[in-house]
Amino acid sequence: METTRKLIRKQSLEKLYNILSTTRKVYAPVIASDKQVEYKYNPAFTDVTFDHIRSTLSVKNVVFPKVENLFYYTNKQTESTITDIDLNKIQDVVLWGAHPCDNAAFDTLRSIFCWDITDEFFAKRLEKLVVIGFSCHLSDEYCFCTSVGLTPNSTKGSDILLSRLKNGDYHAEILTEKGNAIVSISPELFESVTNEEAEITSVKQKFNHEQVTAKLATAFENPFWVANSLRCIGCGACAYVCPTCACFDIQDEASGKEGKRYRSWDSCGFGLFTLHTSGHNPRNVQSQRWRQRIMHKFSYMPERNNSLGCVGCGRCSSGCPVDMNIAEQLEALQNI
Amino acid sequence: MTSLIIRAKELLENKTVQVVIGYEAGPTGVARPAFITDPAKAESLIYDERCVQNLAVYLTKREVKNIGKMAIVATLPVMRSIMMLISEQQLFADNIVVLGISADGKLLDIADNKVMQGYIEKSDLSNPEKYKGLLTEFNKLSPEEKFLYWQKELSKCIKCYACRQACPMCYCTRCTVEVNQPQWIPVKANTHGNMEWHILRAMHLAGRCISCGECGRACPVGIPCHLLTMHLTDQVYNYFKVYAGTSEKMSSVLSTYEPNDKESFII
Amino acid sequence: MSDFEPKVVAFVCNWCTYAGADLTGTSRIKYASNVKIIRFPCTGRIDFMLLLKAFANGADGIIVSGCHPNDCHYTSGNFHAKRRWIMFKELMDFMGVDMNRVTFSWVSAAEGAKWADVVNTTVTKIRELGPYVSYKELVNKSVEEEVKND
Repeated sequence: METTRKLIRKQSLEKLYNILSTTRKVYAPVIASDKQVEYKYNPAFTDVTFDHIRSTLSVKNVVFPKVENLFYYTNKQTESTITDIDLNKIQDVVLWGAHPCDNAAFDTLRSIFCWDITDEFFAKRLEKLVVIGFSCHLSDEYCFCTSVGLTPNSTKGSDILLSRLKNGDYHAEILTEKGNAIVSISPELFESVTNEEAEITSVKQKFNHEQVTAKLATAFENPFWVANSLRCIGCGACAYVCPTCACFDIQDEASGKEGKRYRSWDSCGFGLFTLHTSGHNPRNVQSQRWRQRIMHKFSYMPERNNSLGCVGCGRCSSGCPVDMNIAEQLEALQNI
Repeated sequence: MTSLIIRAKELLENKTVQVVIGYEAGPTGVARPAFITDPAKAESLIYDERCVQNLAVYLTKREVKNIGKMAIVATLPVMRSIMMLISEQQLFADNIVVLGISADGKLLDIADNKVMQGYIEKSDLSNPEKYKGLLTEFNKLSPEEKFLYWQKELSKCIKCYACRQACPMCYCTRCTVEVNQPQWIPVKANTHGNMEWHILRAMHLAGRCISCGECGRACPVGIPCHLLTMHLTDQVYNYFKVYAGTSEKMSSVLSTYEPNDKESFII
Repeated sequence: MSDFEPKVVAFVCNWCTYAGADLTGTSRIKYASNVKIIRFPCTGRIDFMLLLKAFANGADGIIVSGCHPNDCHYTSGNFHAKRRWIMFKELMDFMGVDMNRVTFSWVSAAEGAKWADVVNTTVTKIRELGPYVSYKELVNKSVEEEVKND
């Protein structure tokens, strides 16, 4: 559909939030007691933060929860009964306040989860999700959305994108039918657009992702990987905070004759991730796992999924205990 | 730290070591581990208050060990980690050169492990000052408050295992959580399973933790999991009068015993 | 709370406490039937995780018991166990897990009467404390965290 532009006043924003949060689940960012930014369901409007750069964890868990039950089973002598999860019970969720990088990540995740076979759990959650994004008026040295083809006010992945004006009002870009449905709940809150300019931060471009992708095609054996990953300690923090990392583990959990199968987040940074039963491990050392992480996002995904596996949010770098800075490394890679 | 750079350069030039593990400044100004193999690059070594990571974690990392003999920039926690690693037969004393750093940031002359042991023995080995207050305050809470506090904190855990990976003493190639017969710790991250994981981690570090606080610092979601191990460090000293990492011959507190160990709760 | 019957799990060693419990029976001493005894080769073999698993699976109280110091069949298993219990108890106290619900004792093969006493005292205490609601809530809440996702 065609994008429509509207103006939403500061006071109307609160009204809109309150209408939404009293009628459905709204997932919005708050500042927790330890100063970390985390998303909560239906916090009070006064607790919602509008001035955060990035939440500690990404918001991918609204479509890809850290633990998700797939089915339950019971065994009776030789017969097993499987009970599926009722996907219709998945509720509508409004994601409020996520930035353009996080919202663009939903498209990236879709390119993985709905690649050849549609993952019905993911697809259902995405279908039930409405994204009200906020473009960025703040950024820091870890941000690099402009290097991966996005901007601090990209509309990709959002149903409505709000951009703050100098006077505290917001410009609203209504981008999809889902966005229209939100507007129609309370159309009087959306006024005609003004000429005022939105406050958008500027993010410096650090590398050219097309050049990086081209470089990676011949960089598999480059000594770069070992030299730049010696300090990697092999935890899963980067993958777990990443909005586009989609790897998961599948486990059965049984108790007596009953059990369930679930999936939970996993990380290619763990040694166990590729360990074979035979004892052989094709990614035997950390440098190979680090290479896999970069290769997957910047070489394999553009080739196979026709999308880049990174949205430039900078969480992996800011959350890394040993300062593995992905943007810095990609910049270096581009120039080798 | 010119003296550190000169010493590192010297060690690399006369081929005493093949790699110097130290700190350098990253592009965002954060100090991070550096692995210097070329004497010309020793210039990038730094040492200041930003250098907080416990570098001893790299002494058992295969790719680092493969480079050859190692020199390591070592503050007190690193020296104590080295002692623990030698005592647990994870490291050969002959394989490393210690570039000791004193509490006020000066390069120490540490010729061998005896000198290092002497230095450790002279130092204050209790938990760092900044955590002592926290621990005292925390111990004043009621059991119910403590239980709720840890539930709230541990509900945030995503089981990325940064706490384990950052710890020099967590060197096992196969951790208990990676074993599924029995499946002690659930693979998924839920509050109850997370609590079991952190109890297990703290218990496995009881009497071995050298109070560097790396686990808490590494946690991407800010769980103060170092308080658990530090509390046990306090209690190990309280009951057994031992601090971990004081000599290369010490045996682990929980794998030894004294017939007259005192307790008051066994009937 | 009058109809509350505590569930108590006892982790005991094969050589002393288990034999002691046997003696309680052959001596026809009556004691609370709330206890479920699990036999181990030695107290040194009782992993602290088993205690946590007992609570997670619905136990309201736990007894851990073995040979008196110096009486261990394997010489030192109980000494090692003692150090481990000291540390475990300190950690549990620090995390707010209720250690009043865990009884540690030494019961020899000759102490049939003491075993009956240990069980009765523990069961009475747990009866007063009531079911271990907060731990059960923790476990149930964790299940709900997942179900919420369904």
